[in-house]
Amino acid sequence: MFENILIYFVIIPLVMLAALGLCRNIKQIRAVAVVGSLGLIALSTVVLLQYLDMRSAIDAAIAAGTATEQPAMLFTNTWTWFAPLNIHLAVGVDGISIAMLMLSSIIVFAGSFASWTIKQPKEFFLWLILLSTGVFGFFISVDLFTMFMFYEVALIPMYLLIGVWGSGKKNYSAMKLTLMLMGGSAFLMLGLIGIYYHSAPEGGQLTWNLLEIVDNDAIPHGWQQFLFPMTFVGFGVLGAMFPFHTWSPDGHASAPTAVSMLHAGVLMKLGGYGCFRVAIYTMPQAAHELSWIFLILTGISVVYGAFCACVKTDLKYINAYSSVSHCGLVLFAILMLNETAMTGAIMQMLSHGLMTALFFALIGMIYGRTHTREITEMGGMMQIMPYLSVCYVIAGLASLGLPGLSGFVAEMTIFVGSFQAGMADFLAGHGSLRLVFTLVACCSIVITAVYILRVVGKLLFGPVHDDHHRSLTDATWWERVSTVSLIVCVAAIGCFPNFFSNLIKFTFDPAIFSVLGLK
Amino acid sequence: MSPVIPVIILALPLFMFIFLGLCGSKMKHPVAGFLGTLGLGVVMVLSYYTAFTYFFSGAPEFISAAGERLQCVMFDQTWLQFTDTLYISLGFFLDPISAMMLVVITTVSFMVHLYSLGYMRDHHGVYEIGFQRFYAFLSLFTFSMLGLVVATNIFQMYIFWELVGVSSYLLIGFYYRKPSAVSASKKAFIVTRFADLGFLIGILILSFYTGTFDFTLLTSAPVEGMSGVYHVDINTAEGILSTFTSHPAPVFMGASVLTWALVLIFMGGMGKSAMMPLHIWLPDAMEGPTPVSALIHAATMVVAGVYLVARLFPLFLMEESALVIVTVVGALTAFYAAVVACTQIDIKRVLAFSTISQIAFMMVALGVARPEHHESLGYMASMFHLFTHAMFKALLFLGAGALIHAIGSNDYTAMHGLRKHMPITHWTFLIGCLAIAGIIPFSGFFSKDEILSACGSYSTLVYIWMSLVAGLTAFYMFRLYYLIFWWKEHEIPAGHHAPHDQPWTMSLPLIILAAISCVAGFIPFGKLVSWNGEPYDFMAHFDWGVASVSLAVAVAAIALATVMYRKENALPAKFKNALPNLWKWAHLRFYWDELYMFITHKIIFNGVCRALAWFDRHIIDGTMDAFAAITHKASDVIKPMQSGQVQMYTWLYVIGALLLGGITILCLM
Repeated sequence: MFENILIYFVIIPLVMLAALGLCRNIKQIRAVAVVGSLGLIALSTVVLLQYLDMRSAIDAAIAAGTATEQPAMLFTNTWTWFAPLNIHLAVGVDGISIAMLMLSSIIVFAGSFASWTIKQPKEFFLWLILLSTGVFGFFISVDLFTMFMFYEVALIPMYLLIGVWGSGKKNYSAMKLTLMLMGGSAFLMLGLIGIYYHSAPEGGQLTWNLLEIVDNDAIPHGWQQFLFPMTFVGFGVLGAMFPFHTWSPDGHASAPTAVSMLHAGVLMKLGGYGCFRVAIYTMPQAAHELSWIFLILTGISVVYGAFCACVKTDLKYINAYSSVSHCGLVLFAILMLNETAMTGAIMQMLSHGLMTALFFALIGMIYGRTHTREITEMGGMMQIMPYLSVCYVIAGLASLGLPGLSGFVAEMTIFVGSFQAGMADFLAGHGSLRLVFTLVACCSIVITAVYILRVVGKLLFGPVHDDHHRSLTDATWWERVSTVSLIVCVAAIGCFPNFFSNLIKFTFDPAIFSVLGLK
Repeated sequence: MSPVIPVIILALPLFMFIFLGLCGSKMKHPVAGFLGTLGLGVVMVLSYYTAFTYFFSGAPEFISAAGERLQCVMFDQTWLQFTDTLYISLGFFLDPISAMMLVVITTVSFMVHLYSLGYMRDHHGVYEIGFQRFYAFLSLFTFSMLGLVVATNIFQMYIFWELVGVSSYLLIGFYYRKPSAVSASKKAFIVTRFADLGFLIGILILSFYTGTFDFTLLTSAPVEGMSGVYHVDINTAEGILSTFTSHPAPVFMGASVLTWALVLIFMGGMGKSAMMPLHIWLPDAMEGPTPVSALIHAATMVVAGVYLVARLFPLFLMEESALVIVTVVGALTAFYAAVVACTQIDIKRVLAFSTISQIAFMMVALGVARPEHHESLGYMASMFHLFTHAMFKALLFLGAGALIHAIGSNDYTAMHGLRKHMPITHWTFLIGCLAIAGIIPFSGFFSKDEILSACGSYSTLVYIWMSLVAGLTAFYMFRLYYLIFWWKEHEIPAGHHAPHDQPWTMSLPLIILAAISCVAGFIPFGKLVSWNGEPYDFMAHFDWGVASVSLAVAVAAIALATVMYRKENALPAKFKNALPNLWKWAHLRFYWDELYMFITHKIIFNGVCRALAWFDRHIIDGTMDAFAAITHKASDVIKPMQSGQVQMYTWLYVIGALLLGGITILCLM
């Protein structure tokens, strides 16, 4: 079992949990969190390098004629867990999962530094690490059942993390967030069980394994029509799809810093990843036929979230609505069923994960000093805490799509892909829905600029609003570590997008597109 | 030529930005300023070298045997691959207009770097807060602007287009403690962002049909036998046109799709170049430090729109209607801005409106350029005016900066009679005014004259209209000149010293730019820059009729300004009272700002955003809360059944048993 490198993505957090249990003081807890998250970063880097090596080795083999094609996933392995129901612990990764694993490990790292001085650290980190166990497990699984299990493991700790360590209306928010996401899970479970029972042709061996389901391609058309919306909505709730997004503003507003970071940065990606990997991979025909419904909903999300963010005055609400807009763009691009747009969607997940985590980290740091998140009660922070303010400006510029930072490349890939899909539809006489919504989504670049610059102008620039704020201090070293690590990643994606784009694009399963006749 | 020099030209300013941005605050002020200026000096020298090599070396990759100037891709690196054929690359494209822009950008930028060493400190020699940041941002801007002009493809241009937008945002908001500067920077960014939305959609349309972003594939054809060398070829543009017309839906809402694409791309240019109705950000952008206004908002960034149209000129030639739109927008803007400039009090705003008006001249020149009229004289005239305007407008702005630095106010009402105290500023400013007014032999005369000739060969109406605007230009510039340097000077309050000329770091750029403004008109521009690279002998087409008319108009306008404004008198007030409403409307810029405020604040902010936020909280979230409340209520209703009372349970048991028994009996029957 331990010869498969992927399993360590679950083992490291579990070891961290055990070590946390033994910790006696805050220093040990911090050490465990930092060493563990560094280990995760190292592990994901190793996996990335090995993955690239293996891919090129297989390419060479194909050229030499000793292999026929690239497998969809590498590092695959299966261990039987509960044979009567065919439940396995099946793992495997492709470029997309690796990108997500890297994202998660960096955000766990930054999040650990952002919760350096949290109260009741032991319990907090226990729940936080348990949450990340679920996240990592989800991204390495290819078995729908274990995937779902890890998904739930990632969701439940959120209730306690917000309920105990949160602020404001924390009980209401924790309950709302958990119940709405559980509601989504109910749909999802229905969808997954449905998929399982149609996973093999008549008389075949039923399976939970994603790759086998895709190969079998046995889900009857009628069932797809029913199961696709179930699965898509189930994951879509976590992806903050309109109208199931309202948990996000309240939940993020009440959550402590690291939890907001992890939740917006990684957990919301579970939604997008699931929509892509499960709903669209397994049921391409239904995705093709029903995508219009969800295109409308996600297209609305994109502009609706941005417009709402324009009038909010609480920093976390602004950022939460901005997440609705950006995550809406992820789902929107996935539904374009176009390779370029889908690549853009995955890049947008990476980009949004990093910059929203950066935003929430900075908001937490500012809130920790001023004890308010109302932009009307603050002003002139650039004079008081220049380091944090500059970081905030960088995060803002990334969010509004400045070239050289991650937001731009992701959005442009999405727009180019979506526009091509939309025009192709339009010219083929399939209606102009995709085209119109692409243009609507493009408008978000203007609205995003409005709300970002509004916040930057009110919060950071101008005269100092409250004289009590003058005595506040700038970032501490652990806060600097947290923000710098995120900014470096944001800039890396923005400056060298082709590496990430190739990593992702390489692994698009041609089967999906051939089913649709799109390739 | 090896590609090392182009790489350094782009990389050095970027490096200076990162270096000064990260380490600037740890350095002493003069060190940071000196390093920034030195770095830019190196870039300037290298750019000059590149441009001179391009124009004068006669190397086969730059000029063909027939004397046609070629386009050379110095390097091109794929940056982001979208599909197999569609990708963004970053490269360095050398052709007549990009070589000319290299010279313009680095010259003005170097002058501004040098000038700011003096400008960005007060009279006691204390440096401004954020001096190092200022130089970092200047380097960022220079990098972005250079990247924009040497773009090998339209998406690279878009990338750097956004970057210059952000540098402009950062520099307008340099005095971030001032709320007015913050809101001006925000306004500039959002207005240009809105225009960029059009640009982006235009690019998407164009790339969908043509399958490429590359300028060389859109407008040029490769030269045989050499890789990376191209020449402008109208056949390529015609091929693009036929690609568009052969698609199933060639017309959309009454205009061809290619027109739509070009007009949307032009919309991006309208935003950056402050064409009406997207001009409102430029006057406010004067909140930034004056050297910034000289560099970004007079000489370089604001002409990006003109440059964009020039870059895609062969495509614009394919669609007459797109060029007509360019002409009309330019002509209206030129007139509007000139009228407004006559009534402004803030000297920087006068110059800002003058900039808008002059850029509109360049747009009109492009709009009227046709190969059949003097071999597209308008194109060459537009680029020539871009060059001369950059020099004399930077001169005027830097002169205005010297005045503001000395007086401490932007209003001419606080100035008057400064010619005795500030002779260097006075003479250089006068040269700038003569150049922009179009007096022979200053540079503006030549470039403006060519624009008017181009207009004349296209349409008499445009010619008369633009001559009128040229007259207005001379009038408002000399109004400004007299109000600043003549009139009776203000009394100097006791304890204050008289205003005086500036340190050499500020004077030297003024003198250099004034010298260039005097002689730039004699550059044989047609030999260097033309729309298709073929040399163009301007003197053969020189029209003395047009020249003497425009000269007469300019002299008359200056004479009128002299009568009205040389000394304090009642004439201006009489004019003002004769047409009070016109004056008021012009002074308040025809209420464009109020209109935009109404649309953005009242309609979009209050009407749309607030309504949506309310809808979200009360309807969407209300529904979710209602589900929770219903569940809660339902549990309240059912709860009493679990009361714990045995009697109750017995009753329920009996009733249930009877019901079940009854049903069983019914079924059996």
